Amino acid sequence: MQDGFSVSVQEADFDAGAEIARLVAGREDIGATASFIGYVRADKVHAAAAEKVVAMTLEHYPGMTEQALTDIVEAAQGRWPLVAVRVIHRVGRLEPGAQIVFVAVAAAHRGEAFAACEFIMDYLKTRAPFWKKEETPAGGHWVEARESDDQATARWAGR
Amino acid sequence: MKVKVLFFAGLREALGVAAEAVDVPAGIVQVGALRDWLAARGEPWPALATAKNLRVAVNQHMVGLDAPLNSGDEIAFFPPVTGG
Repeated sequence: MQDGFSVSVQEADFDAGAEIARLVAGREDIGATASFIGYVRADKVHAAAAEKVVAMTLEHYPGMTEQALTDIVEAAQGRWPLVAVRVIHRVGRLEPGAQIVFVAVAAAHRGEAFAACEFIMDYLKTRAPFWKKEETPAGGHWVEARESDDQATARWAGR
Repeated sequence: MKVKVLFFAGLREALGVAAEAVDVPAGIVQVGALRDWLAARGEPWPALATAKNLRVAVNQHMVGLDAPLNSGDEIAFFPPVTGG
């Protein structure tokens, strides 16, 4: 990938502030950064059962995952003039409150930074090969994909 | 034709296998036909045919079930993704 643009799939946690600081370090052409962090939520939204999620395990497709994230970032670069992008997605077992995903976009102006950050997250949700398995006191189950995520991705097609 | 087949997430658990080297019979030239042939191998393989919204990647790129197969391909079957 082009200098300033990178993706990582890792078990380790990340420091959002440090990541953004690295993105803008030594640059004078950045007027804005926009960033997103996704977290593990304890409540239950995908099923009627009222059990709390005690942890979730993120599985991925090594190799394809990195390629898919790279393709998504490059698609964003094709749409907006971006200066730098950092994407981190964690895998393995994560407990409620843990950070799962980080996207930061640096650009000359806020408009493209906001838009590209949302675009990258929308595509990540439907195109990057990650799967969540929720662990509850009653057992484990795979999270079902949501149609609203497909709709969020599809709305970019016409823009 | 020899290919490598991978399964992920709930599908991997249902089939009890993560990866398999497969010698595909002549005449099977598309991903959808490969799925049907794998699914016809008896329990638990019908799960591959009945999987809802099955996704497939060939050589790590998402494709449709009409995608062609080539010797040495890595074909992955998996449920819709749920990252982020």
